[in-house]
Amino acid sequence: MTGTGTLIRLILRRDRVLLPLWAILVALIPAGYASSFKGLFPTAADLAGYARVSMSSPGFIALYGPLRGDSLGEIVAWRAGFFPVIIGLISLLTVIRHTRTEEEAGRTELIGSGIVGRHAAFAAALITTVGANLVLFAIISVTMIGQGQPVGGSVLLGLSFALSGCVFAALGAVTAQLSGSARTARSIAIVVLGVAFVLRLAGDVDTGVSWLSWVSPIGWVQHVFAYGENDVLPLLLALLLVAGLVVLGSVLVSRRDVGEGLIAARPGPATGTISGPIGLAWRLHRGVLTGWILGFAALGLVFGGVASSIADLAADNSDLAAILRRLGGNSFLVGMIAVLGLIAAAYGVQAALRLRDEEATGHTEAILATPVGRLRWLASHVVFSLLGPAAALLVGGLLCGLTAGGHQLATVLGAAAAQLPAVWVLTALTVLLFGAFPRQASAAWGAVAACFLILMMGAVLGLDQWVLDLSPFTHVGHGLSATPFVTLTAIAAVLATAGTLAFRHRDIPSA
Amino acid sequence: MTEAIGVTGLVKSFGRTQVLNGLDLHVEAGEVHGFLGPNGAGKSTTIRILLGLMRRSGGDVRLLGGDPWSDATALHRRLAYVPGDVTLWPTLTGGEVIDLLGQLRGGLNRRRRDELLDRFDLDPRKKARTYSKGNRQKVALVAALASDAELLILDEPTSGLDPLMEEVFRQVVLEEHRRGGRTVLLSSHILTEVEALCHRLTIIREGRTVETGTLASLRHLTRTTIDAELVGAVNGLGTLPGVHDLRVDDHHVTFDVDTETLEPALRKLIDAGVRSLTSKPPTLEELFLRQYAR
Repeated sequence: MTGTGTLIRLILRRDRVLLPLWAILVALIPAGYASSFKGLFPTAADLAGYARVSMSSPGFIALYGPLRGDSLGEIVAWRAGFFPVIIGLISLLTVIRHTRTEEEAGRTELIGSGIVGRHAAFAAALITTVGANLVLFAIISVTMIGQGQPVGGSVLLGLSFALSGCVFAALGAVTAQLSGSARTARSIAIVVLGVAFVLRLAGDVDTGVSWLSWVSPIGWVQHVFAYGENDVLPLLLALLLVAGLVVLGSVLVSRRDVGEGLIAARPGPATGTISGPIGLAWRLHRGVLTGWILGFAALGLVFGGVASSIADLAADNSDLAAILRRLGGNSFLVGMIAVLGLIAAAYGVQAALRLRDEEATGHTEAILATPVGRLRWLASHVVFSLLGPAAALLVGGLLCGLTAGGHQLATVLGAAAAQLPAVWVLTALTVLLFGAFPRQASAAWGAVAACFLILMMGAVLGLDQWVLDLSPFTHVGHGLSATPFVTLTAIAAVLATAGTLAFRHRDIPSA
Repeated sequence: MTEAIGVTGLVKSFGRTQVLNGLDLHVEAGEVHGFLGPNGAGKSTTIRILLGLMRRSGGDVRLLGGDPWSDATALHRRLAYVPGDVTLWPTLTGGEVIDLLGQLRGGLNRRRRDELLDRFDLDPRKKARTYSKGNRQKVALVAALASDAELLILDEPTSGLDPLMEEVFRQVVLEEHRRGGRTVLLSSHILTEVEALCHRLTIIREGRTVETGTLASLRHLTRTTIDAELVGAVNGLGTLPGVHDLRVDDHHVTFDVDTETLEPALRKLIDAGVRSLTSKPPTLEELFLRQYAR
């Protein structure tokens, strides 16, 4: 543990913008919700009406979890129900970035030769991330109390969100020990996060399997029901899980060599069969592509299954059927497809950022020093970032439509196809950033986050229409229609072309 | 003889900082040319411009008779490059990377590839992630040397190799050169390597060429160390321009002397009567230290 303090200072120096930015921004949103709900629903009766509709909307329950009361605090806590996933994601990425990514780059070796204990990097990354979550906890609690909400509920809300961050930070610290590659460590942790979310979703929507949400740490956070039941038990479970994961991670740290994972590397073929840039791109993208397609298949199955059980419920319950009709026949499915679209955009951006990864590690230099031209190299990766999300959306939509019931298939596939041009706009924006501002290419994630905020929170935060219009997903209709499809595809084409031209005229910086 | 690389007055600036300020580099076809300079002198930037990875801000650059920026793809069919800091795709094996780079260059000599793997003692079945720096360097070297490229651009190719492997590298480059008359541009810090391999060399400093020529002609530019036992006393040696660090201890003198002052200095010694004399030619290290520190 020696040297942990120094390493914490190093992390704080490197993340001095990013860390406070996300912690403060995310933490301010619940209070923002509270103040805009006050404006939208001035009386208790308005609030109760909104709560009644929300409680029985499967789409809302799927995304945000169950709602049990109609006080302002409860509604805010419920509407922020997707936050644990976001906070968990950022936390695990932060921990892996400061452990395995550093180790893979060989920087841990440099630091490890100084007076630094074996567990120092592990401890420093965890302590910093937990610290950021404590800041988040403090801000949420104080701002919610500032909005005139009860102290107990506010503290529990902040605590539950901070603990979801801590759980996934600890999970990231464990997966970082498993593999020698940061990419694999991230993938494992994100899959676990996704499974936790889907378990919670299925358990909350389908009351027949409600125990499922008690298997998921995301479910625990929501079962606190801050401002309502104020149940502390789920938080104790989360605390135990954090402790368990930290112990597991630190045992793993002391059992392995620096630079290695627990999953040992096996010898591979002595000769290669990769024949060109596209073959190489396939090798580099295939693992991620397979993972995303499997993930979309799972999401499609869950969403479709939930949709069909809602249909069964509605058949027995005329009140619910009436509400569903009012929300628009298959609003649940269309809403879920919109979520799939955003997730596919995250994949598109990730795949396009591979361009920058390859350049920054010096691999591009090796390829471009051969007779392969810049355009050919760029295209080999862009193909995967355009067609990969398309394949994932197709598989997700297909399985969702089939499990929802055959008559839904065409609607669902149409809705999925309608998302594609919006996904491509974000992919193409990434290509443009890579071409014109390679060092800032990862700002594309900011665009994904902005689209996400606009889709999930735009209406509640009362953003102006022109702000909502900035997101390509705002322009996607409920089904496939020609105008948005063609317009968005054209915008994507323009962005990608501009990026390509900029790339062809710039220097390839040294690694 | 035709020119493989012709760089005249090359300028490269990044924003307001100028990295290359009128650099000259001329490499004849078929020669092994040393490219030397202290860290940050602009060696790698020059090489990146030659490879069309960076665009020049000014000056004239010809590579194998073409323009390295606009004819990049066509020119790259005829060259192979080994970067100073080789990074490989972590999930590919060494063998896969060698074959990939070979394929991209239009095929490689399989027998030669296996022979080189053997001589460099490299296991091609290992994942690149597990290779040490030296082994990564070997992967790039085998890929480049097993190709039939007429020009090899090597940027500090032996950094990270052990002395045994450095020796293998030297032998292979000499054989290659004897066999096919390939042109080699070798950027290096290892002076014995440069001395053993290069016909001519170019020394750069702060983005400018400071010396270029054969090793012998460069030696000519510098000083010889003289150590002599004399019969009588020597007069006027200290006043000769070009005599440095003169130490007289009774009948024993030592000094450094510029090449053009060698003859008058020796005359003075002979006038005093010489009992014994040793002269030491400048080492490449001294040549360097003088050029680098100027």
